[in-house]
Amino acid sequence: MNTDIVKKIKNRRLRSKLITYLIVIVFYVVVQILINTGNLSSLLTGLLVPICVYVIAAVSLNLVVGISGELSLGHAGFMCVGAYTSAFLSNVVGSALPETLRFILAILTGAVFAGLFGLLIGIPVLRLKGDYLAIVTLAFGEIIKNLMNVVYVGIDSKGLHVSTTSAMDLHLEPTGKQIIKGALGISGTPKNSNFTIGVILILLTLFIVQNLIDSRSGRAVMAARDNRIAAESIGIPVTKFKLLAFAVSAALAGVAGVLYSHNLATLNTKKFDYNTSILVLVFVVLGGIGNIRGSMIAAVILTALPEMLRFLSNYRMLIYAIVLIVMMLFNWAPAAREWRERVLSRLPFGRRKAVGKEEV
Amino acid sequence: MSFLTYLKDGISLGSVYAIIALGYTMVYGIAKMLNFAHGDVIMVGAYVVLMMITRAGLHPLLAVLIAMAACTVLGMTIEMVAYRPLRKAGSPLAVLITAIGVSYLLQNIALLMFGADGKTFINVVSLPSLSLFDGGLVISGTTIVTILANIIIMICLTLFVKKTKQGRAMQAVSEDRDAAQLMGINVNGTISLTFAIGSALAAIAGVLLCSAYPVVTPYTGAMPGIKAFVAAVFGGIGSIPGAMLGGILLGVIEILGRAYISSQVADAIVFGVLIIVLLVKPSGLFGKNVQEKV
Amino acid sequence: MAILDVNKLSISFGGLHAVDGFTVSIEKGELYGLIGPNGAGKTTVFNLLTGVYKPTEGIVRLDGQDITGKNTIEINRAGIARTFQNIRLFKDMPVLDNVKTGFHNRYRYSTLTGILRLPRMHQVENTLNERSMEILKVFGLDKEADVLAGNLPYGKQRKLEIARALATEPKLLLLDEPAAGMNPNETSELMDTIRFVRDHFDMTILLIEHDMKLVSGICEKLSVLNFGRLLAQGETAEVLSNPEVIAAYLGQ
Repeated sequence: MNTDIVKKIKNRRLRSKLITYLIVIVFYVVVQILINTGNLSSLLTGLLVPICVYVIAAVSLNLVVGISGELSLGHAGFMCVGAYTSAFLSNVVGSALPETLRFILAILTGAVFAGLFGLLIGIPVLRLKGDYLAIVTLAFGEIIKNLMNVVYVGIDSKGLHVSTTSAMDLHLEPTGKQIIKGALGISGTPKNSNFTIGVILILLTLFIVQNLIDSRSGRAVMAARDNRIAAESIGIPVTKFKLLAFAVSAALAGVAGVLYSHNLATLNTKKFDYNTSILVLVFVVLGGIGNIRGSMIAAVILTALPEMLRFLSNYRMLIYAIVLIVMMLFNWAPAAREWRERVLSRLPFGRRKAVGKEEV
Repeated sequence: MSFLTYLKDGISLGSVYAIIALGYTMVYGIAKMLNFAHGDVIMVGAYVVLMMITRAGLHPLLAVLIAMAACTVLGMTIEMVAYRPLRKAGSPLAVLITAIGVSYLLQNIALLMFGADGKTFINVVSLPSLSLFDGGLVISGTTIVTILANIIIMICLTLFVKKTKQGRAMQAVSEDRDAAQLMGINVNGTISLTFAIGSALAAIAGVLLCSAYPVVTPYTGAMPGIKAFVAAVFGGIGSIPGAMLGGILLGVIEILGRAYISSQVADAIVFGVLIIVLLVKPSGLFGKNVQEKV
Repeated sequence: MAILDVNKLSISFGGLHAVDGFTVSIEKGELYGLIGPNGAGKTTVFNLLTGVYKPTEGIVRLDGQDITGKNTIEINRAGIARTFQNIRLFKDMPVLDNVKTGFHNRYRYSTLTGILRLPRMHQVENTLNERSMEILKVFGLDKEADVLAGNLPYGKQRKLEIARALATEPKLLLLDEPAAGMNPNETSELMDTIRFVRDHFDMTILLIEHDMKLVSGICEKLSVLNFGRLLAQGETAEVLSNPEVIAAYLGQ
């Protein structure tokens, strides 16, 4: 009967979500075991927090690229906003608050400011389409990075001092403390991030993104992606929902930034240029546009890959580039897909489904 | 330094952007793809010229011709191997990411061959500089050649696109690829030709860029490539005069911003102006506005 | 009172009068046809009624409310839903979700409620599933609720588009060539469905169609457009026997 098919759809979606959470938890447990048995190299151990950062960034970007169907090349800009605002907060608060509370506050600050930036940028920009949107988001990312480079902020007994020229122009009292030092960035941020917190934040991101997709708002976002004109014809305010997806995505990128900045003693803007935005986009596309689980896995593998290729020394980035091109051709070229289908259909366990868009 | 000097520097840098942007706008208009590797072809062109002059001891002009040939072959090969198989992939993102892969590849090959340190570039222009206003404005030979090259290239390209059979085929392919195919136009050949021209222009741009800013590194082309695309968007994608004007405006804004506001935020100003232009006129200064038919 | 009241609706594109002085009045529950040769301006009328284009002149009233010049979203909320000549479904979403999306403005819960999976969300989703399956059943699509819309055969895609439009609970349903590309069997099945929709949902329907069998079979009244102008209007049989209409169709 009717209800059976509805139940089937519901159960399938629930199962799909749970599997995603499960993958993360299994990954966590395996890594913990490897660490405790001393089987994880120190280089890879050092990569664990960055891996979490990129997983969150990739999953959140997928909300824009895969679910909302808009190309954004400015994701690093939002990570930058989250990283800077939260590091700033942690530095100002210092030891006035207990560490846990301060870090939670830092995460919220990073998310809120990045989300606000997303909203602010999204309002004018989302009118543009396709590659134009891509280039404007790239431009915004670079602007954020550039502006952060000329901001100097310090604090003393009289309060905050801000300058856009140099540290000297802050006119701090001798007891005052410089917090943001222009291109030198922020140093002395407490190292609150660790792998466990990273994994918790990944789960939180997945919770938000997966549930959003599977809800009234998510359907509206995807409807606007599939056919804007039809979506408007059934009364969906397309721009509003595109903006929603964009802002949520920016806020989550901000969380990734928080995790990043609280993992490093010194933070500067170099890490947040368009190359990082592109890197995150590579995770999303390689993992399958719209496929949340795929972008997660691609982020883990591609972040760890250069380390694992370290034995190739100078050739590793070259190999990385070739692997990227070959994987794209293999995954996307119609000829390669046909060939794969043909080979798979000849195998004894029968035809497998062609690689395509997965639903959640 | 005076305003005029800055303006001259801006026009000179802008002319380089314009030449790159011409290649970008043609490729984008016809293949409908953001070729992220275009900037790196510039870098390849610059290294080839440098090698031809310093290692092979060739005459600069010959070196430039060889670089153009090398970049043409490179551009066509990239298109054939990496982009063409993905043309019917269904997602423009697939080819975008592949282009990024190609960009990494070129950068890393250069890194392995020449190292990360900048190589000092040899100015290939041996023209004397021009002094105006009793020395108030000195225009170097490089600048003169750059601006002249820009004008000549623009005129030749316009004539080529408007007057020749291949040029008209390009217009047809950019308008409607399927219809062009039905009319018997060799679409693959036309796109190949576009990459060839764009890459040859990139080689010229590489030489001029490195003559003015005489250091070449594996990453030399990346930022100018992005800025040239910004210039192309600025002027309206697909438009030859648009790319030229967009490039020059971009160069002028960048140099003036650097001189009068702050060198650190010059790029931010460039990108800020781009955003404003696009918000006011979403299809760029000379772009066509296309609306979806319901 | 008339559900739809259109008075002297006109639009010109750069001097070309695509629609010139279109006037019509449709009563509640009517099945009304809009016919005319290719390029007569029929779809343009639909685009004007649904706010895709802004009229240069004229007034549109829906159920007494002036909706002239409003945008597509406002007009749908006011109560006009439509289908498209070239099918526009949410291809990468399942059939069920296409219809659920149609209910967007009828059953609401906030984004936060959705993310946090609050009880209200489950309650609304259950109602949505029930109502959507009801509509799908009318169109014989309930067994395919799980299929991606883009994978449906052509005829079913057309039906799904009508189902989605109905989910917005409109006062007036506009169908743009619903039988295009269908074989005679499918067309006669579609005629039954359209009648059923009118009776079951108490719907007023305005449709564009080239298939004269369908038009004469189900439309009670007709308007004929030619070169953007009204050529004839009235009871179906009367209009179809009008010599001017016949001439226009024969292309004289």
